[in-house]
Amino acid sequence: MANKLGLIIKREYLAKVRNRSFIVMTILSPLLMVGMIVLIAYLAKVNDDETRVVTVLNESSFFQNDFNPSKNISYVHLDDLSLEQAKDSTTALEYYGLLYIPNEPTVEQVAKAAYLYTKDNPNTSVTQELENVFHTQLRQDRLQKLGVTSEQFSSVEERFEINLSTFDGERSMRGINEIKAIIGGGFGYAIMMFIIIYGGFVMRSVIEEKTSRIIEVIISSVKPFQLMLGKIIGNSLAGITQFSIWIVSASALLFVAVMILGIDLSAFSADGAVQAGPMGGVSQLGGMDSEMMMYAKEIYDIPWGLLIVSFFIYFILGYLIYSSIYAAIGAAVDNETDTQQFIFPIILPLMLAIYVGFFSVFSNPHGPIAVGFSLFPLTSPIVMLMRLPGGIGEGGVPLWQFLLSVFILIFTFWGIVSLAAKIYRTGILMYGKKPTYKELIKWLRY
Amino acid sequence: MDHILVAKNVTKTYGDYTALSNISLQIPENCIYGLLGPNGAGKTSFIRIINQITHQDSGEILLNGEPLAPKHIASIGYLPEERGLYKSMKVGEQALYLAQLKGLSKSEAKTRLKYWFNRLDIGDWWDKKIQELSKGMAQKIQFIVTVLHEPKLLIFDEPFSGFDPINANIIKDEILQLKENGTSIIFSTHRMESVEELCEYIALIHKSEKILDGKLSDIKKAYKNNIFDVAVQMEQDVEAFMKSLEQKFNILSSDVDIIEKQLNFKVQLPSSNTGDILRELSKVANINKFEETIPSANDIFIQTVNSKDNGK
Repeated sequence: MANKLGLIIKREYLAKVRNRSFIVMTILSPLLMVGMIVLIAYLAKVNDDETRVVTVLNESSFFQNDFNPSKNISYVHLDDLSLEQAKDSTTALEYYGLLYIPNEPTVEQVAKAAYLYTKDNPNTSVTQELENVFHTQLRQDRLQKLGVTSEQFSSVEERFEINLSTFDGERSMRGINEIKAIIGGGFGYAIMMFIIIYGGFVMRSVIEEKTSRIIEVIISSVKPFQLMLGKIIGNSLAGITQFSIWIVSASALLFVAVMILGIDLSAFSADGAVQAGPMGGVSQLGGMDSEMMMYAKEIYDIPWGLLIVSFFIYFILGYLIYSSIYAAIGAAVDNETDTQQFIFPIILPLMLAIYVGFFSVFSNPHGPIAVGFSLFPLTSPIVMLMRLPGGIGEGGVPLWQFLLSVFILIFTFWGIVSLAAKIYRTGILMYGKKPTYKELIKWLRY
Repeated sequence: MDHILVAKNVTKTYGDYTALSNISLQIPENCIYGLLGPNGAGKTSFIRIINQITHQDSGEILLNGEPLAPKHIASIGYLPEERGLYKSMKVGEQALYLAQLKGLSKSEAKTRLKYWFNRLDIGDWWDKKIQELSKGMAQKIQFIVTVLHEPKLLIFDEPFSGFDPINANIIKDEILQLKENGTSIIFSTHRMESVEELCEYIALIHKSEKILDGKLSDIKKAYKNNIFDVAVQMEQDVEAFMKSLEQKFNILSSDVDIIEKQLNFKVQLPSSNTGDILRELSKVANINKFEETIPSANDIFIQTVNSKDNGK
């Protein structure tokens, strides 16, 4: 019996990896992926380089030294021009806009009467930066009226950041929750992609056996359950092969691309979690200072062993559950176009898991929603993995939650696979019927 | 007589639909057994149960005297009506795979495949993909795969569909040869002409019930109604003679040729005793033909199915 399962797995595997479109995808995807990363990095860089020029026509006595060039905006100060002339020259020079500050007795009045003229609706980052300048000046002015000196004002303005520590005395890091969640999210996302891509493989392979009418020949030799299992395992092995090739070749390509093109990949991490830290983006730091060391330590402290082991547990169970549903769908229909109505309900919990993960687990990894979804079997493979980088036990996922979620998953696996096998067994011998959900429930009783 | 397969009161339902109702059959060893019936009668359901693709709700099936068990899969060969092969797989590879699933070792399967490929003259197809072959060609490969593991019991469901007449003949000869070699064969079809040629025994299934089974020759005997086909020639007045015959016998149809003075007619006698009519005829005429009409399997099929339907 085991021998036959081996034969089926081997055939399914070979049929998949020899498939021309599979080979093309295996080779092409890393190229596309790396190409896209390089393109995004390039565009981000180009975007960063764009500095808008705003002309300033300041007729007042205020704001004389406050408009200093920044990353986004550089300023050209215009003197002794009328507003109309200033407008004309700004347009003629094709500058981004004109900031007009009229002459009024007080800062308040000046601010009220100031205008920004632009060709189109102005970019929010530009207006925000300009508003900030006014805002600071207004605050200072208002406080001075209350008797605060400018020295006192600047000391008030000094930024403050709270010191962080865990209960056992280690200093906590800003953003480390997010880093952990992103690492967990990466694993979760990989599981989702794997399920959607390779679950679809299983489904198409079942449909192919139905449409080519070989199915009855095969199941006169092996049990339908064996065939289903062999199909799922064979296709997932093909998937793992493809995934591994992708990871290896994409990393190699990326490395080469970075070396040749000299693209600063920190552009990607900069808008991620690290920026939430006190010192800004990692890329801005010259060397490995103490803060960096701490991040490195935190990342090092993530329980990688646990994470990888549980990745495999959740991956295997989650994939088996979903791909057996895919197999049942494949068996129930005659062609791929009929699968739509059944596929959406499968993808839904996966999408939900990812969104809940990113919105809820990031901000509160141990809150009720995160806990609930990490126990619910159709979402737990993704959501639990997002929580696990915090470890198990104190400060992380309570052990009972971890065990309960694995237990529920195993139980569900058993239930769903046997239900799917029933639908599969009946469905593969049904032709020419477009099944409804009602029909499928009937098949469960045969 | 030994039976390869015995079914006792086999019943199978799908929800509210009854596919097989209380079917009992005995299939003798080393014969070709025709499983007949209209489409949807339950033939395929019964065959699927024998192949353990589905299971009966109640009743028992014995193969060689033992209750059907998973180990019997290797001693059954099945050519389903809905059949096909993996389109993008190479012929040889595919045949090897299917043979190994039936429990043959790879080397053994290879040797036997070479033999069969040469026998059916398709040796050069080994590395072709199924999608490059015609339907009839693919059918040949399917036939080989079915018989390759030398099963004791072979089940053919509409084996000749998809074959041109020449290849159908080749396959028919192969089936007969397999029977000569000692294999028992179940032959399911609704095409009666091939039944006459091949089957020794038949069972007729209609609307999930068995309505007739036994040796084909016995069934034919039971179904003949003492109808005779007669042709005579005479010097006398043909029409008058015909009239006198009609008074004495139950003439079903007649054809009178006055010029040639020839008379053809069908007559049904009250018993199988032919003495009276032969005496009557031989007095005045030369008997050119006197033959009992034996009903064809097709006649029996239609007659039983109709009487069953009308009886309800």
